[in-house]
Amino acid sequence: MTVTESHTPEPTDQSEPAALAIDGLEMSYVVRGTPRKILRGVSFEVRPGEAYGLVGESGCGKSTTAYAALRYLPGNGQIDAGRVLSGGDELTAMSARQLREFRAQRASMVFQDPVQAVNPVLKIGTQVAEAFEVMGQSKKEAMASARRALERVHIAAPESVMERYPHQLSGGMLQRVVIAMGLACDPTLLVLDEPTTGLDATVEAEVLDLVRELRSELNSAILLIAHNLGVIRTMCDRVGVMYAGRIVEEGTVDEVFDNPSHPYTKGLLNSIPRRGLQKTDRELFAIPGAAPPIGASLPTCTYIDRCPIATDLCRTEVPPIVDRSDGHWTRCHHADRIGDVPDPAEVTVEYDIGTEQVIGVEGVSKTFRQRGHDVPALVGVDLGFAEGETLGLVGESGSGKSTLAKTMLGVHAPDEGGAITLRGRTMADKATSRIDESVRAISMVFQNPDSALNRAWTVRRILHRSVVKLTGLKGDAADRRVEEIAEGMQLSSRHLDMRPRQLSGGLKQRVAIARAFAGDPEVVVCDEPTSALDVSVQAAILNLLARLQNEERSSYLFISHDIGVVRYLSDRIAVMYLGRIMEIGATATMFEGVNHPYTEALLSAVPNVDGVAEDRIPLSGSIPSPANPPPGCVFHTRCHRAIAGLCEVTEPEMVQLSPGHSIKCHLTVEQLKEPIKEGASEALAAAAVELAD
Amino acid sequence: MLRFIIRRLLLALVTLAFLLVVVTLIPNIAPGDPARKIAGGTASPERLAEVTESLGLNDSVLTQLLDLTTSVLTLDFGDSFSVATGEPVMSLVWTALAASAKLVGLALLVIIPISILGGLITAYKKDTWIDRTIINIGIALSAIPDFVAGVFLLAFLAVPVDFFKVQGAAPPGAGVLTQVQHLLLPVLAVLMVYFGYIARVTRSGTITALDSDYARTAFMRGLTTQQVFRNHIARNALQPTVAVLGTQLGYLFGGMVALERVFNYQGVGNLILTAVSRADYPVLRAGVLAVAVIYMLATLSADLVVAWMNPRTRQSLGEN
Amino acid sequence: MSGTSDTGAAAPTPQNPDAGAAEPTLSTPQDPDEGSKPAAPVVPGEGRKQIRKEQFRVLYTSPGFIVGVLIVGFWVLASVFPGLLTSFDPKQFVDAGPRVTPSGDAWLGTDRNGWDVYTRVIYGARKILTIAPVATALAIVVGTFLGLIMGYYKGWVDEVLSRVIESILSIPVILMAIVVIFTFGRSTAVIIGTIAVLFVPAITRTIRSAAIAESDLDYVMSAKMRGESGFFIVTREILPNVTGLVVVEGTVRLGYAIFTYTTLAFLGFVGGNVTDADWGIDVSQNYEQIAREIWWPSVFPAAAIASLVIGVNLIADSFDKAVKS
Repeated sequence: MTVTESHTPEPTDQSEPAALAIDGLEMSYVVRGTPRKILRGVSFEVRPGEAYGLVGESGCGKSTTAYAALRYLPGNGQIDAGRVLSGGDELTAMSARQLREFRAQRASMVFQDPVQAVNPVLKIGTQVAEAFEVMGQSKKEAMASARRALERVHIAAPESVMERYPHQLSGGMLQRVVIAMGLACDPTLLVLDEPTTGLDATVEAEVLDLVRELRSELNSAILLIAHNLGVIRTMCDRVGVMYAGRIVEEGTVDEVFDNPSHPYTKGLLNSIPRRGLQKTDRELFAIPGAAPPIGASLPTCTYIDRCPIATDLCRTEVPPIVDRSDGHWTRCHHADRIGDVPDPAEVTVEYDIGTEQVIGVEGVSKTFRQRGHDVPALVGVDLGFAEGETLGLVGESGSGKSTLAKTMLGVHAPDEGGAITLRGRTMADKATSRIDESVRAISMVFQNPDSALNRAWTVRRILHRSVVKLTGLKGDAADRRVEEIAEGMQLSSRHLDMRPRQLSGGLKQRVAIARAFAGDPEVVVCDEPTSALDVSVQAAILNLLARLQNEERSSYLFISHDIGVVRYLSDRIAVMYLGRIMEIGATATMFEGVNHPYTEALLSAVPNVDGVAEDRIPLSGSIPSPANPPPGCVFHTRCHRAIAGLCEVTEPEMVQLSPGHSIKCHLTVEQLKEPIKEGASEALAAAAVELAD
Repeated sequence: MLRFIIRRLLLALVTLAFLLVVVTLIPNIAPGDPARKIAGGTASPERLAEVTESLGLNDSVLTQLLDLTTSVLTLDFGDSFSVATGEPVMSLVWTALAASAKLVGLALLVIIPISILGGLITAYKKDTWIDRTIINIGIALSAIPDFVAGVFLLAFLAVPVDFFKVQGAAPPGAGVLTQVQHLLLPVLAVLMVYFGYIARVTRSGTITALDSDYARTAFMRGLTTQQVFRNHIARNALQPTVAVLGTQLGYLFGGMVALERVFNYQGVGNLILTAVSRADYPVLRAGVLAVAVIYMLATLSADLVVAWMNPRTRQSLGEN
Repeated sequence: MSGTSDTGAAAPTPQNPDAGAAEPTLSTPQDPDEGSKPAAPVVPGEGRKQIRKEQFRVLYTSPGFIVGVLIVGFWVLASVFPGLLTSFDPKQFVDAGPRVTPSGDAWLGTDRNGWDVYTRVIYGARKILTIAPVATALAIVVGTFLGLIMGYYKGWVDEVLSRVIESILSIPVILMAIVVIFTFGRSTAVIIGTIAVLFVPAITRTIRSAAIAESDLDYVMSAKMRGESGFFIVTREILPNVTGLVVVEGTVRLGYAIFTYTTLAFLGFVGGNVTDADWGIDVSQNYEQIAREIWWPSVFPAAAIASLVIGVNLIADSFDKAVKS
């Protein structure tokens, strides 16, 4: 039983009607005959020319709202109540023909996965032209318009791109094409649904830059859906925080992110590592409980079961809109007690890192043979892990992070000359030839728990097998160890008898971590362990990993594309590019002082949730294919500090800038300290034509 | 693209080679004396020796294999022993292939539009009663063996209704329309058997395309249902159908042997059947190999069409 | 292998049942998340037993399954206890006399020998229902084994066997069967063996694709990292995940096996006497009389064949839906 309250948007002082106005929208999905509620009364407005962000975790309904903005419902979706208006016209009352016209002429949508959003069998040119043909242009006119549109999104050599097929372009390039298609009609409303999720950081930054630039040229209002708070902060003027199908807080981005007024918002912001937080400072705040499933019948305040300041009033009365300041409101009975929402606990334990190197990666290279070419996936990697230390590994696609992980674990054999060592002794190349002690010593947590756990096995069996195989325990001793491990991960005995498909993402990942610790490993390789999880779940997992490390004194190789998370958990960080380590150093030194130019660009590309504007260093071109590494320094083709005559000829050595901090670069500390000149690299402005392999 | 064709041809040749070996081995490993099977139980020893020699069974297996390969390349399999004594084998095979081709050709003309249409309708009307009815009828019919369908048609259409003929073959010298008339029932039997499968494949291909992100994008861009279908759905949805048609076409030559028998139609299947029952090895060999070659050609063509429809496959297959 | 899908016999039943989800086509919101205090099981649904129960429920309530079981059940009864269903003997000259149309004395009429068609149809079930299931079971065992090996290990074994499989699949099963039976004789063992061997390639292909897909998943890599042997991975990790598929393949193939056997019988390639009660043989002996308007001695056995195959396919289809739910 849900009680909704239609919040009529405040009368705008502009004479123009809102580009998008959603008024008390309620929607359900019909699954096997039962309607399940997903939107419980959503109301907000996007004014002409403004950028409005909708943020929330999985299942909150933000994507559904985005689709509703263009009145697109999936086959089993239905609108229960409310209206959707754009420019004063009511979409919910339009005929099919009017709706088509609206979509063709006045609004556009950009979806999450550009690879799926384009038709694989048609040429790019044909598809972009289609967007113009729909507006009434002839084929010839449309092709010319398409060409202009591609230029507008900074695609160099548009003619040749128009002749290509989608699979020949990279993800970033395709997203530009999709944006070009979206802008064809010069829309008053542009909806972007997670437009950069899945793209590399530097590519993401480029795409977001593009959107920002185009926005100032056009008059489009933008509705941006994202779960990444940093993206919202850097792109939007105002933001609405969604939870369980309702907007619980709304305001300007600065207000909401710096002065959160709703317990959920506050909890969300405390669950991500902000402002350079490290594991030695505080834990991350993990919101207790779980988000309600779609269709659950909820008490009046949907957040009540997880809220630290909830009272009985919250269960009986609908929380009112409480205005905090101009345009900033929250939906809570106890907005005045927001200060009572606890901050995450301070960390009191000591993180003690050993001095001896436990696992070593020495001169490891790995070359694959693919279709007659040699593809060097790893080149001369040197790393060491001390006891209890976390080494973070950062890098984009093609950097070789996964290959490194697999080589350490014995799935791939390193090339001649390289070795993985355990306490000085070289380990055999393949896992099957390694002695038991070596097999035990390194384990892995994978990114995708659905793929990493055998769906046909129960949790108990999964853990039991690892225990038996890795520790040699049998019978009762093994059973006891299984229960011990499960308890340590806060998995109840009920969970042990379940199969993976019955568990949530966070629980599955706990099982995966439990399995990784079954053999009491020296090093656990974590390959993007939280990338598939919501931030609140991620916080719990990160806390767990930190605690385990302290208790078990294991080392981690922590691979992630999320720099904030890497910074939080790691003691040292290494940056990889095209199979080579470009920079390695203690976390503190990495974030102050100078860096390798690639790291510099990477750090500037991360959308910051704290609103600190970094000078963006755009990287030109795209990541070269590992099969064709550029000569000399592999990064020189995109480097904004490249020295002509040197960087494209000679590959640099690892140079120590300070104790424990080394980079692979020709430049000196003084040269790196210099600010970047305008137009330093000619290739900055125009992106070269990118080809995916 | 060229590399793809060459590669497929090579694979087909390997498969064919394997078959040649099998075909060569048959008379050599069969229990009993093949010559006796051909010549009959009362044949004289001289006659038996003659037959054995002309079958090549006195040579080593390798020689036999080479001879067979030569036969394939020169298209000369000698003369028939018992099916049509003295007649060149290849002329028998060509005649039978021509007859089968007529049946298959007419069948395809009927099956392709009806099945694809059925598949499209059920996809667009997914989960309605139309969808369920069509699909269930399709399943039910396709379960029935070809000769059973033939018998039903024979009993309930051919005999009571004059228009439908009992024999699949028209009298010699008959015009095209008469030939078609005679083939109606066999074709109808083939349709009954294949409709369900092909409609289902089309259905699932279309549903996948309709559910795809790019179709959704097209709708969001304001295209009408017809435009979305023409520009986006058709090429993607029909790829699996084309692939399946290739295989089925291959099987129609020879696989319909029982149906041919019911309607007394002298297609390739029937020829092989007769050859087997009369132990006429040359005809048997030629027939089996002909069927195999046609199957390979059909699947190769289908793969080519699919590759043409999908530029990504085109590229990746060329490089494999 | 070639991109085309397969059929084992001349007239196939659908191999790939429908794609297309019933759930919303948008990114379906994921399972609930879980914070630092996982209190109760967070499952958005059911316990382990309930998933199995749910599958069975889908099975029991689907009309296709029920009809299928009824049909097949009837024929199983006929093959095991024919005496319960008819009092005559299949080669017994009955009082009604030869070539009698279906009537009160002879429910399905009599054939030219004066034998009761109904009785012959009842007794005819036995041969089919012994030979087809045995052949299918054999084919499933061999095919699954081969498919798993080829799919997991790949390499040259996979290449070579794939070529062999393609060769076998390039000739319609009926023709191959005819040739093989001609070569090796018509004993029951040969027939069962032939059908089994000719179905192995198609089954292997299906299982192989599934094995390849499973091998790409991380849990297999995790097992390799543990140092597990290939045998363990194939039998304990991968096989349990393809059992659903095996069951469905098995029932589908059973339909084909019935169909292939009856066709062989029709063409005269099965063992035994032409006077034995066998649906395919009966059709082949009597179909020519249709032209003389004596349709019942051939049409009823034909109808029996049709009904059995339809019944098996209905069951196969409902298994498929249950496994996918």
